[in-house]
Formats: sequence, C-alpha cells, structure tokens
Amino acid sequence: MIKIITVYGAMLLTALSRTLLLALLGLFFACFIGMIFGIMGVLKNRACNIISQVFVDIIRGVPMIVLAFFIYFGVPYFFNTIIGGFSVSLTALQAGTICLALNCGAYMAEIVRAGIQSVDIGQMEAARSLGLTYSQAMRKVVLPQAIRTMIPAFINQFIITLKDTSILSVIGFPELVNTAKNVQANTFMSFQTWAIVGVMYLVVITILSRSAKVVERRLNVGRQ
Amino acid sequence: MEDNREVKISVKNLKKSFGDLEVLKDISTDVYAGEVLCIIGPSGSGKSTFLRCLNKLEKATAGSITISGCDILAKKTNINTVRENIGMVFQHFNLFNNLNIIDNLTLAPIQLKKCSKQEAIERARKMLKRVGLEDKATSMPHQLSGGQKQRVAIARALCMEPDIMLFDEPTSALDPEMVGEVLQVMKGLAADGMTMIVVTHEMGFAREVSDRVIFMDAGYIVEEGTPQELLSNPREARTIDFLNKVL
Repeated sequence: MIKIITVYGAMLLTALSRTLLLALLGLFFACFIGMIFGIMGVLKNRACNIISQVFVDIIRGVPMIVLAFFIYFGVPYFFNTIIGGFSVSLTALQAGTICLALNCGAYMAEIVRAGIQSVDIGQMEAARSLGLTYSQAMRKVVLPQAIRTMIPAFINQFIITLKDTSILSVIGFPELVNTAKNVQANTFMSFQTWAIVGVMYLVVITILSRSAKVVERRLNVGRQ
Repeated sequence: MEDNREVKISVKNLKKSFGDLEVLKDISTDVYAGEVLCIIGPSGSGKSTFLRCLNKLEKATAGSITISGCDILAKKTNINTVRENIGMVFQHFNLFNNLNIIDNLTLAPIQLKKCSKQEAIERARKMLKRVGLEDKATSMPHQLSGGQKQRVAIARALCMEPDIMLFDEPTSALDPEMVGEVLQVMKGLAADGMTMIVVTHEMGFAREVSDRVIFMDAGYIVEEGTPQELLSNPREARTIDFLNKVL
C-alpha cells in the first residue's frame, strides 16, 4: 500500500486531475445541451417537443460504453471510410467530452423539463396577463423558480457524470481507472490499487456533494 | 342603460371548446366603459373560461371579441399589447414567488418599458399605498396572508395602468375574514370608474357594486340585468334555482 502511494501517488493524482478535467468539460457542455433540449421539451411547438424527446430517448436507450465506442471509433470510420475523403480523427479527450456531454445532457434535459413543468401554470398566466411575452415570462418568472427545484437533481447528475468518466477508460483516455489498471498490471497489488482508487473517488465526490449541499441551502434561504 | 356610452368590450357569438367539450356555446354581450359587470353561475358554467377568453389566456374557438375597437382574435393583433391594457386578478393570486412585492409590481412595467425604473417604483409604491400595503414592499409573497396577496395582485395589475380589469373569483380562495379587505379595494376601483368584469360568488358585492349582473349556466348567458332585477326578481327558472341555493 505504502509502496503504491510513494511510487505511483503522483501518477494517480495526475490521473485524478484528468478525470476532473473530463468531468468538468463534459458537464459544461451538458449544461447547454440540457437547457436547450429541456426548454425545447416544454415549448408549445410539436416539432421541438418531438426533437427533444427523440434525443433523450436515444441517449437514454444506449449504454454509455456503446456511445463511447461509437463516437471514438464509429464516427471517424463513417467519415473516413464509408463516405471517404475525410480524415476525421478524435482524441480520446474530445470523444470522451462529447460522449459525456451527450449522455449527461440528455438526463439534464429531463431534469430541466420536469423542473419547468413543476412551476405552477398560474405563474406563467399571471406574467402573460400583464403583457409579458412568453420568453420574458420564462426568463424572469418561471425559470428562476424552476432552477431552484432542479438543483438537487443537478447535483445528483453531476456526481453520476463524475463517476461515469471511469467508463471512458475503455477508449484509452488516461483518467483514474485507466491509470489504475496500469498500476495494477505493474505491481500485481490489485486489492491495494483499487482500494486507493476507490478512496480517491469517494473523497472527491464527498467534498463535492457536501459543498453542493451548502450552496443549495444558501439558495433556499427565504424560500417557502 | 344609456346608449351613448362607449362600448369597451364587444363579444359576439363566442364559442369555446376543449376537445369535444363545448364550454361556451354562444355568448354575446357588450361591456361599456366604466361599467362593473358581475358574472355569476354554478361551477362548470363557463364563467371563468369566458373571462379568460377576453385576454386570450384561452383561445376562442369561434366568434369575435373586440376590445377598445381592436379585434383581439385577428392574426395581426399583438395580444401582448392588448393585454397591457387589461389587468387580471386570479383566484389563487399568482404572485411571482421568486420576487419580492415591489419587484412583483415593477417587473412588467420595466420589462415592457412602460416607464423608467424610478417611475415604476414610484408608481408601485403609490399602488401599494392604495391597497393599504405600503409597508410590505420588501416582503416575499409567502410572508403575506391571502387577503394581502390578493391586494398585491390587484396593485400589480394596476401598475400597468389598464383600462379594463378582469377578476376571476378573487375572493374564493380566501379565509372569510379576509374577503372584506379585498372587496373594499375593488369597490374603490369601481368608484374610480374602472371598467370591471368580475366572476364572483359574492352576491353582496354584485348587488352593491355592479351595474349589471349576468347569470351563466351550461355555456350560455341565461339572464342578465341590473342587480335589483336579476338578484331580487329573476325570471328564468335556472336563475331562481341557483339563487335559492346560494342566497
């Protein structure tokens, strides 16, 4: 155990930072995807609703490991070999980010949609009755209330996404799990290696979820 | 009723269906400037739906609605501009829960650039004073009682300086001891000459304040007249039956 920490500690910490980088990039884009598709899901426009629902259904219906292989290997193959004439190539970080953003974005879209729909319809009606447009009412009245109800679900989704980065070890991105596999292969100390890796995830996620709770409590001050 | 008065709202052969359910079957009536019109009737008779058609919260299925000379069902009509002149007060107040009282009152005037922020705040304070709640400017909606919320809702609508006010059962969700304070504010408005359409179960208010009462049942206007005529000497059997139950 001590040997792994002294010899491979720095390497594992670097890998952890890559895990965090990947998670942050994925979450960053997922927020946009989630907002866009979530709002499309509540607009009074049939086409937008369908697009949003189809996107969510597809991403939810495909395991992330399949999505990762598809984006990393499948998409370049499609452009370069099936269509031909392209030379598309994705780094593992790019493919991983896309994969996480799509996957997490789909779940966030559902959170956003449910959050908006949980706001009493009377809020929108009152705003519209004063002459505000749909988008003004949405931005000034409905979304601020919806976001509050979304926060706990968002935090939960952030944590799931952070853990899901481990799946991306399969496309060779040197994040924590991938690196730990190498450490195990070199040392044959699988018990110790995976225990250390487990604790590393546990510590990071606990810190994150505790600080998220504080933020949540702050935001809820003065709430009904 | 004098005929030379300005017609503010003209409704002709209005129909409204939700799917297969026809809620409004054939409604025609005119509302004059400064008139206080009360609509009474059993639940499910279409009173609220009728009111909500007037500012297009519900889209009429057929017929025409003209407000201050503007056909609000026409495609080219910008309904948002029409709504700026029609205040609406809801049964459940619908104050914006994320904003404090003063922001509830100033949101629309500022967003719609009716006036500067400073003017909006001044007017909001004046309106709060009018409804007797000038000390609640920085409170949040959930800190107020039902009656206070409804008075704020009225003040919020007045901040847009509308020339018509619609009230959708404004006292139905209130505890009995809070009904009076809301009706008092509405009486003040009526006395100031506001054109008001009030869907209500408050027969006392209808009798005392309104110029005309409409009794609706099953999607039709069954009977209308002055409060004395309709409430004291109803002609139609359904009106008599309804009034016997509520009075």
